[in-house]
Amino acid sequence: MKLLALFAVCATGVLLIYGTVDMPDWGDPHSPASVHVSPRYIEKAMEETAVPNIVTAVLADYRGYDTLGETVVIFTAAMACILLMRRRRK
Amino acid sequence: MISYLEDVILQTVCRILIPFIQVYGLYVIAHGHHSPGGGFQGGVILGASFILLCVAYDINEAKRRMTEKVDTVFCSLGLIIYSGIGLICLVLGGSYLNYSRLGQVLPVNPVDARSIGILGIEIGVGITVMAVMISIFLDLASRGEHEEGLE
Repeated sequence: MKLLALFAVCATGVLLIYGTVDMPDWGDPHSPASVHVSPRYIEKAMEETAVPNIVTAVLADYRGYDTLGETVVIFTAAMACILLMRRRRK
Repeated sequence: MISYLEDVILQTVCRILIPFIQVYGLYVIAHGHHSPGGGFQGGVILGASFILLCVAYDINEAKRRMTEKVDTVFCSLGLIIYSGIGLICLVLGGSYLNYSRLGQVLPVNPVDARSIGILGIEIGVGITVMAVMISIFLDLASRGEHEEGLE
């Protein structure tokens, strides 16, 4: 059984490494991620949002729903911790 | 029950340091759209200052500064601020979280209104993250009792 698990792990690892062969080079300016929306953000973020920090503009404005979801995740973590661990004083 | 070590040096240093840490946390939140930072980072710094208070003193001291009721209210308050700003934009005729609509009620043009909307939601995120950090730390450190010192 352990041999089977080892084989499964190795096979998955080989597949993942094989998958990275097709990836664009790191920092390649012509990769799909860099030619689609990134130039739009870099050119328009300042004039559309008046925020010099493009990362914040993308996080809080263009991807506002995403950040709202992140905050909900953190809130849920706190609620789960309270429900699981907090005990009332006797 | 749990004895904790009263260390004069540690407590004095923390008492001097904590206000500066909190001011820095507020700076990181408020300046998040002009420099690296934002709600998440600033909220964690604010929460860490309270955790430092818990570590240097004990949980009762930290609870005197912020009770668990206030802390739990803050958990929700940040989220309410965030989604409330989204709802205000909706009421003003834009889509959800379209901050440029805030320019109709604020004396600024729609582009600057976006900047103000971003600041508003960063504040909301900061409040929630700070309260959540404190809440989780108190629960984990005292096995949910919130009574004794650290175990």
